Formats: sequence, structure tokens, C-alpha cells
Amino acid sequence: MGRLVTGAENPTVLYVSGGNTQVIAYLQRRYRIFGETIDIAVGNCLDRFARVLKLSNDPSPGYNIEQLAKRGKKFLELPYAVKGMDVSFSGLLSYIEEKAPGLVESGEYTPEDLCFSLQETVFAMLVEITERAMAHCGSQEVMIVGGVGCNERLQQMMEVMAKERGALLYATDERFCIDNGAMIAQAGYLMYKSGQTTPLVDTWCTQRFRTDEVEVTWRD
Amino acid sequence: MAAPMDVSGENVRKFIKQGAEAKVYAENFYGRPCISKERFSKGYRHPTLDKSLTLQRLKAEIRAMSKCRNLGIPVPTLYFVDTSTSTFYMEEIVNSQTVRDYIVSIQTSDPDGAMQKLSPLAEKIGKILSKMHCGKVIHGDLTTSNMLLRGDPSDLDIVLIDFGLSFSEGLAEDKGVDLYVFERALLSTHPNTEELFKVVIEAYKKENVKESADAISKLDEVRMRGRKRTMVG
Ligand SMILES: Nc1ncnc2c1ncn2[C@@H]1O[C@H](COP(=O)(O)OP(=O)(O)OP(=O)(O)O)[C@@H](O)[C@H]1O
Ligand SMILES: [Mg+2]
Repeated sequence: MGRLVTGAENPTVLYVSGGNTQVIAYLQRRYRIFGETIDIAVGNCLDRFARVLKLSNDPSPGYNIEQLAKRGKKFLELPYAVKGMDVSFSGLLSYIEEKAPGLVESGEYTPEDLCFSLQETVFAMLVEITERAMAHCGSQEVMIVGGVGCNERLQQMMEVMAKERGALLYATDERFCIDNGAMIAQAGYLMYKSGQTTPLVDTWCTQRFRTDEVEVTWRD
Repeated sequence: MAAPMDVSGENVRKFIKQGAEAKVYAENFYGRPCISKERFSKGYRHPTLDKSLTLQRLKAEIRAMSKCRNLGIPVPTLYFVDTSTSTFYMEEIVNSQTVRDYIVSIQTSDPDGAMQKLSPLAEKIGKILSKMHCGKVIHGDLTTSNMLLRGDPSDLDIVLIDFGLSFSEGLAEDKGVDLYVFERALLSTHPNTEELFKVVIEAYKKENVKESADAISKLDEVRMRGRKRTMVG
């Protein structure tokens, strides 16, 4: 889907949403997961922190963190956990969950500062594993998909990383970041074109597939 | 101490590779072939975080290299550390190739016999990792690019490198994750190596039956966590 919208040839993909955190690249007929979270997803981590700060769910906790983070200034160092091409957020989350109330109460850090520090840290981890996967695969294109991909700071950091390696960031806009219907339709169309057909009665939707379970018949 | 480059009048720094966070050069250290690894700063990171990570990783790398040396695990000899440029200088493992390149070459030249040919190598890897974990070193970035094969591949003379993400820890959880990272790296880089990884694990167990059991049950647990995660976005 992302390739259709952006015209990218063979990008390394960072897929970040409430339930998923994966770095995906295409190799030998399968989308392979090079990196992923070994515990909770990044969106989940942000949502849970929003709850600690009692931020509103409207329009989404992640959006509200992003807005507060724009006004944050003071950086608090948080646990940073990159393991090979995988990441872990649970240690960071329990650390900041435990510390946040006290830090805000004492006036040492504002909620804005904490949102800023959290974003800077988790996004740095995501950009780092994406860069590791790119170095590993020799890829010069990168793309962000999934709900958290709408975050402008994450896009900006990815852009800087891409520039520094002489690579290109392909942006998919909000409409496609979150529209699963359009993604399924596009995947179905590609499968049909490659001669893989399913009678309509046997056709249904499942979210059960992991990214690397599906054999890709529509690409070389 | 003067910068080592000044001493040899004819030192030429030859750029080898830019990884994700470091530039690697081949040069010459008082007449010896040497590899230097320079971590550079990342524009996308907050400056405080950037400085802290760069220094942390330089320290982690040299600490783990000396620890492994004491444990009898082959690593390049450390020559010199320059914190001002986040660079360290180490012995060049001459006449070597990465395990990654070796596996690729065997899988290409003999796809059917690859498993059998690579088995002794996998066994050796399992043995080394077990020894390293018993010595409380967690590598943090186990991939087939971070293992060199020195000399004739049939000698199985493996040298471990790239310890920037390493730390010193004896917990089964960390060992399990270290093995999981290696499994993922192996399977995603080299298709059809599931059996090969089993050989690694068998040898890992055999090397230290007592301590490996917990690490391996953690490996299973970490894998399950991955599988259980649904794809519901
Ligand atoms: N001592 C050495 N002798 C010979 N070759 C080496 C040596 N050290 C590194 N190399 C070569 O350089 C490559 C990159 O080195 P290394 O893995 O340390 O850096 P990197 O992967 O760029 O680092 P990072 O993962 O921290 O970004 C290795 O895969 C290997 O081919
Ligand atoms: Mg490396």
C-alpha cells in the first residue's frame, strides 16, 4: 500500500501503531521483520503514559502527548533499551510511571517536559532500529506507517536520519496511515493481479496474520 | 599519549564501512594492521541523549572486549581509546570474513548440503555464546556480521566483535533476549536456517547444562511473547 501511494521502490518500513512496533523489509518473497518490540508496542507505551498524566483521549492520547511535547524544554534522561534490531519499552514505562508524579509535584519537570523527554527517547529508539535495519539490508529508502506514524516529531527525526545517510524518507499521509480498508483492498488487488484468487464465499477478513506469515506472490 | 596516527609517518586511513552509528577504518598502529571505529553524533537525537549514548557504547564496547579476553573468548586486541573523538583502535583480524558472508557463500554454492556443512560452525557459535553468558557478558547485538571467521573456515576460529550494546549481567532474562536477538538476526538474514539455530542451542546447552536451562526457557518465553502479540493495530 505504502508503495502505491509514494512510489517508493523497496523501502524499509517502520510500522508503529497502538498494537504494533515493527521494522519490516522485503527479502526473498516475504516481508521480513528485522526488528520489533520485545514487550509492549510504542503506541501502547504512549497511551499508558498519557493516563499517568491524566490527559484526555480526545482525539487520541498520542496526539495530546505530541502537543504537550512541543512546549517541553527540559530533557530528562530515561532508560533506553535497544537490543540488536529490537526495542523494549516496558522498563522505560515503569520508570517514568513511577517517577512522573513526584517530578511534576516538586516542580522539577513540567508535564510538557516529560512528554518531550518520552517522545525524544522512544522515537530515538525507533529511528535507531530503523537505521540499523537499513544498514543491514543496504536500503536507501524508508517509510513510516501506522497510527503513531502521524506524529510529526517522529517524521522529522526519521527525515534527519535519512538525510544523514543519503537516503529518502517517503511520507504516507494521515488518510493512508490509518485506513485499513484501503490497505486490504490494495493487497487484494495485487494478489488478484498475480493470479492468486479466492472465491467470494471463502473470502473474509482476519487480522491474525503476522506480517511475515504471508507469501508475497505479487512481487519479485 | 599522542594520537597513535602521528607516530607512523605513512599511516593511511582507509575507509571500510559506515554502519548505523560508526565509521570503520583500516589503518596502522605502530606498524600493526589496525581497525578504528569512530562513533559519530546523530542529528536526530537530543544532544544530551546523543552524548550519553555515544560515550556509554564506547565504554561498553571496550569493557566487554577486555572481559571476553579474560574469559578466553577470542576478540580483537584493544590498542587505544580516544574518548575525545569517540574512537577506539583494535587489532585487525587479518585474513578473515564475516560469518554472514561465509553462510551466504555456502548457501549459494551448495544449497542442499549447506545445513550439513554449516553445522560445525553453528555448534562452535553455541559453545562460544554459552561461555560468554556464563562469564556474565551479554553481547546485545548478536548477528552473523558481528562474528568473524579467521583463516580457513574449517578451523572454526570465530572472533566476536561489535560490543557497543553489550552489558554485564547474569540474569537469565538478558541471556534469553540475547539468544532471541541472534535467532531473529540469523533467520531474517539467512532464509531456511531454523535447523541451524537448533544446532546452536543444542551446543549452547551442552557447554553448560546447569546455567543454560534458565536462559533457554527465557528464550522460549520471549518467543511466545512475540507470537501472542496480535496484529490488531
Ligand atoms: N577487528 C576487526 N578486524 C577485521 N574486520 C573488522 C574488525 N572490526 C570490524 N571489522 C569489519 O567491519 C565491520 C563493521 O564493524 P562493527 O560491527 O564493529 O561496526 P558496525 O556494525 O558499524 O557498528 P554498529 O553496529 O555499532 O553500528 C564488521 O562487520 C567487519 O566486517
Ligand atoms: Mg556490526
